[in-house]
Amino acid sequence: MRRLRELASSREILANLVRKEVKVKYKSSVLGALWSMLNPVLYLAVFTLVFSVVLRNDIRDFPVYLLSGLLAWNLFSTSLSLASRSVVDNANLVTKVYFPREILPLSSVGTALVDFGLQALVLVAFMVTSGYDFTRIDLLLLPLSMFALLAFTSALGMWVAGLNVRYRDTQHLLNLSLLAWFWVTPIVYPSGFVYTELSSREFLGIRLFDLYLANPMASVVMGFQRALYGTVSYPVEGGREVFVLAPVSLGWLALLIGGVAVGSLLLLFLAWRTFFHLSGDFAEEL
Amino acid sequence: MTVPAIEVAGVGKRFRRYRERPTSLKERLIRFRVTADDFWALREVSLEVPEGSTLGLIGPNGSGKTTLLKIIAGILRPTEGSVRTSGRIAALLALGAGFHPELTGRENVYLNASILGLSRQQTDRLFDDIVGFAELEEFIDSQVKFYSSGMYVRLGFAVAVHVDPAILLVDEVLAVGDEGFQRKCLDKVRAFQREGRTIVFVTHAVHQVLQVCDRAVLLNRGTVQAQGDPGEVVRDFRLLMMKKDLAYGWDQGTKEIEIVNVEIFGADGASREHFRPGEAVVIQIDLKANTPVSDPIISFALHDQQNDFVFGTNNDWRGSRFPVFEGKHRVQFTLKSLPFVGGRYYVTVGVHARDASRVYHVHEQRYWFDVKLGAENPGAVWIPVEFRAEPL
Repeated sequence: MRRLRELASSREILANLVRKEVKVKYKSSVLGALWSMLNPVLYLAVFTLVFSVVLRNDIRDFPVYLLSGLLAWNLFSTSLSLASRSVVDNANLVTKVYFPREILPLSSVGTALVDFGLQALVLVAFMVTSGYDFTRIDLLLLPLSMFALLAFTSALGMWVAGLNVRYRDTQHLLNLSLLAWFWVTPIVYPSGFVYTELSSREFLGIRLFDLYLANPMASVVMGFQRALYGTVSYPVEGGREVFVLAPVSLGWLALLIGGVAVGSLLLLFLAWRTFFHLSGDFAEEL
Repeated sequence: MTVPAIEVAGVGKRFRRYRERPTSLKERLIRFRVTADDFWALREVSLEVPEGSTLGLIGPNGSGKTTLLKIIAGILRPTEGSVRTSGRIAALLALGAGFHPELTGRENVYLNASILGLSRQQTDRLFDDIVGFAELEEFIDSQVKFYSSGMYVRLGFAVAVHVDPAILLVDEVLAVGDEGFQRKCLDKVRAFQREGRTIVFVTHAVHQVLQVCDRAVLLNRGTVQAQGDPGEVVRDFRLLMMKKDLAYGWDQGTKEIEIVNVEIFGADGASREHFRPGEAVVIQIDLKANTPVSDPIISFALHDQQNDFVFGTNNDWRGSRFPVFEGKHRVQFTLKSLPFVGGRYYVTVGVHARDASRVYHVHEQRYWFDVKLGAENPGAVWIPVEFRAEPL
């Protein structure tokens, strides 16, 4: 509790560190912040090519679908990549001055949030052109999903930041894990497909789809998609229906994400403790 | 009793010293048992720094000074014991407070000030003062990576002293920078003292401790060896350093001739520690030969508080020799008139062979006397002066 208060009084440092990260990131680059926006656009181009042209697997309003999940994912992965290096890269601060060290991984999340904001502009642009209805009830899922995402990201961020000080291969391991993680999360492929495929199968008496949802990022990303994309299914010719999103009720999804949020808060608490414990030795290990 | 600004209670800091530190998991896994020995950089360190006092931390390299300072600053957490501080701490560790090389001086000032607990508005108000103090007006908008180390330190110091800290921790910083800036820093430190702030100084420059500090702590191998009056502690430090530096220690020798007793007294024959400029001082040495020694040289030397050699002589230069030294003798050097204005002087006495190949016995700076500074005699040396005036 005392640490929380100390952290609260260090908001200014957090803001300045985020500002610093963003500045350093775009220093001596001509395009600057545009790079952040180019990232989702490039992804979009590649996956549109792969899905719509090569695989002939059309999803209505694919840009909005892809970006709504991708942005959440980018926030997650950028945060973690930055966080894993946050303590190490700021060695000259850590070894010279005292401040609550938790600020470092948190500032990574903050920096990623700035990116998120920029990329959101791209998403909103696509949403507007696709005629998205901004008064939908599904949109209520957004703040909850965001909260769960931030809590989960912060927890893992602290964890990797602390570990990477002692074991530098944390960052390499992290990058590989993120790659694998990306593909078990319904970002480029529709979660509706996964639902159709997995909900009828069982493994050791557990529905495979439930197993799939054990990945907290899957639930969070589904929350974002439900809120921002919204179209669960639409009929195609032949009377069939194409499920883009998993046909679960809004309430059920909210409950699921709420569970993730609570679990993440718990995880955050534990990660924080580990981080604090490790942070006593940062200055000597750098 | 006021509450001390810094209270260090039973602090110990254990470092793991890996033979070869495994920085990757692979190494950790391959080398099943990691060979690490524990190494206590600090052990059982307790001290109090009263509010408004200035403490000098001295000690040989690797004695734990910087570690202690970092623990007080909160940068390192002690393995055992606790540290309690009251008020904002600004720490200046060697070579610049944490600056980011890619940011400009201006951006770094804001970043640093916020880390030291200042809001943006407060920093806005102080900004010009900080830059002015650091003398970096022209360079404040260039990236810090282009700064020289002197500029780095200047900016770091400027920020630290402007954030209104209750406690200022300074580590060897004053050793960097040109003389003008050093003076400026020292002035600032003095101003802080007048304002009743608490300062902890880590330094190798012993004379700074004597000039600035009102208390000193000597650390050696992670423990407090001495604390209290700076003069005393500095002397202990010097003895310690001499033990390290010299082939013979501060009380060593082959003892073919032994120093039995040393006495320092005034012209009246009474043992004394305080003298006035111009007074006479007698250094009396009782010697005992354990075996007959031919032609020994008996000498003494004076060092001042900066450990500078001030004066010394021996019996040979005074035109006296012992063809064979047997039994017990009492020798006296009489310094007829002290040429010093003030300060503490340390006396070394020794007996050695003529070519100094053999040291029979030496007491290195074990004795001292003070010369009281008279307000009417400023300067470094005492020169008897006659004054005359007559109408022309």
